[in-house]
Amino acid sequence: MADRQTIRDAAPVTPENPAAFPRLMRLVQGRLVAGVAQGAAAQLRLDPVVLRLAFVLLTVLDGIGAVAYAALWMFTPREPYEGKEPSRDWSQFAAYVAIGLALMSLGWLTGASSGGIGAWPIAVGGIGSLILWQQADPDRRRRWMDTTVGQVRQNRVRTFAGLVLVVVGAIGFLAANADLSQASSGIVFTLVVVGGVGLIAAPWLAGLWKELQRERRERIRQEERAEVAAHVHDSVLHTLTLIQRNAQDSREVMRLARSQERELRNWLYQPQQDADASVAAAVRRVAAEEEDTHGVPIEVVCVGDGPLTPELSAMMQAARQAMVNAAKYSGSEVISVYAEAEPDEVTIFVRDRGVGFDMGEVADDRMGIRQSIIGRMERHGGSARVRTAPGEGTEVMLTMKLEKA
Amino acid sequence: MSTVKVLIVDDHRLFRSGVRAELGESIEVLGEAEDVDSAVKAIAELQPDVVLLDVHMPGGGGQEVLRRVLGSGSTVRFLALSVSDAAEDVIGVIRGGARGYVTKTISGRELTDAIRRVADGDAVFSPRLAGFVLDAFASSEAPPIDPELDSLTQREREVLRLIARGYAYKEIAKELFISVKTVETHVSSVLRKLQLSNRHELSRWATARRLV
Repeated sequence: MADRQTIRDAAPVTPENPAAFPRLMRLVQGRLVAGVAQGAAAQLRLDPVVLRLAFVLLTVLDGIGAVAYAALWMFTPREPYEGKEPSRDWSQFAAYVAIGLALMSLGWLTGASSGGIGAWPIAVGGIGSLILWQQADPDRRRRWMDTTVGQVRQNRVRTFAGLVLVVVGAIGFLAANADLSQASSGIVFTLVVVGGVGLIAAPWLAGLWKELQRERRERIRQEERAEVAAHVHDSVLHTLTLIQRNAQDSREVMRLARSQERELRNWLYQPQQDADASVAAAVRRVAAEEEDTHGVPIEVVCVGDGPLTPELSAMMQAARQAMVNAAKYSGSEVISVYAEAEPDEVTIFVRDRGVGFDMGEVADDRMGIRQSIIGRMERHGGSARVRTAPGEGTEVMLTMKLEKA
Repeated sequence: MSTVKVLIVDDHRLFRSGVRAELGESIEVLGEAEDVDSAVKAIAELQPDVVLLDVHMPGGGGQEVLRRVLGSGSTVRFLALSVSDAAEDVIGVIRGGARGYVTKTISGRELTDAIRRVADGDAVFSPRLAGFVLDAFASSEAPPIDPELDSLTQREREVLRLIARGYAYKEIAKELFISVKTVETHVSSVLRKLQLSNRHELSRWATARRLV
């Protein structure tokens, strides 16, 4: 709503110094049709009645008045006007129309204006196209968005008037140039009418379509915003409260901050993945869980991805055990996990820079490495390699060949 | 060891002062900037060796700073420093001309190392950036347009894999029986490919990763 308001406010451009070079404007207050005559009168410092009569007279004589009026309507900006537009003085309008009709019938009776009749269709068509043009005016369209009932009605009146004028103009054109009766009139006339209706309706429909699209985008944006707000509330705010409560326990604070960071990152940057179906997502989940349990940051880098098969699930268990060992015994500040999923092979590296150990001194019955990592990988057709030395950190390399589908 | 002159560009004041406090003695902080315009101005005035550049900032972000500064022919070196893990951001600033990308969780010691490395003209890859590069260059179904630029050599792949596994350059050198200088050469070469390869898949891959 806010930006809509700004657009409205920004639309009318007022000259910086109106007194120096007054610009021709269509006045809203006291207009009869579009305020052209009034505006011109103000410019020329004349009574608007003089100009209105001049327009009527010129229109009756050869139609040029109507054309001039239409042209001025098109090219003159509307005076900026705040608030609801005042309605027109229809009685005065009727009076001018009556004067025009009277002059016209006089001309007809006397035969003086026979030449002028030919220009009529042009004038009427001109007004019709003016109305079309008005329909497509972007400022107008913006204003229509504030659909008050009055404007809707006004809009309908205008559309109807445009339709009538286009049809009349078309008939007049046919009547003046070719013989309407000789043309296979029915078809042509219908085509003209349909074309006129199409012309009138097209900008309106296009505007409506655009408006619908815009609203749809706006709605999606708002829904997204609401989702973000809900997420921040449920997770981040909640964690911040927990952190304040546990302020004296630095380990817990660290763990909370870290797990919240990871969760937010995943939400922001990671594609939504099913941890039960994809290798990369499964590795991330395992790492996240162990990081939460042991409070040691685990940095995960995944390259490629693939479906999670039963063998690869076993591999995840082995990787989990490797992470647990690193977190529990290595004393490393951070654990690096690198998973690469290629079409025919999946490799996972779990590395720490901790104390390391001597493989030879690990007893055969130690379940952690021999059974949970090496044994498990071999049972499922993969392999595991442990590289370590005292003081050099440890790296566990897991490889699983995939059967080609 | 000569001191490296650094400018910190980040819109979070707390973060700027935190970085300042953490940097080692061999780094001299010339100043700070908090948005695109002040960054461009400060770089022109202070002539730092290395700019620590935040990715997300008001006024177009780090990429806009890169575009304006490098576009004007400046040879200042940039190290991107961000909380973002999004492939789009990472690949974006590297292709914009940054010589490295590290996340804000990096320790003060590692950051000091990274700054020195960038000042020496080398590239700095975090494990995550290495992972992205491997992923991006692997996911090519179309044949490369320029074989030299559009694919990684076996050795470069090995180096990147080790970076992704959390190895430091020194450890990589030991692992592959090469010198640290050679490791640096490989990483710089990958950086060049990343920046110059006009394979549209690279950008598309980064965007797609965000959208999936």
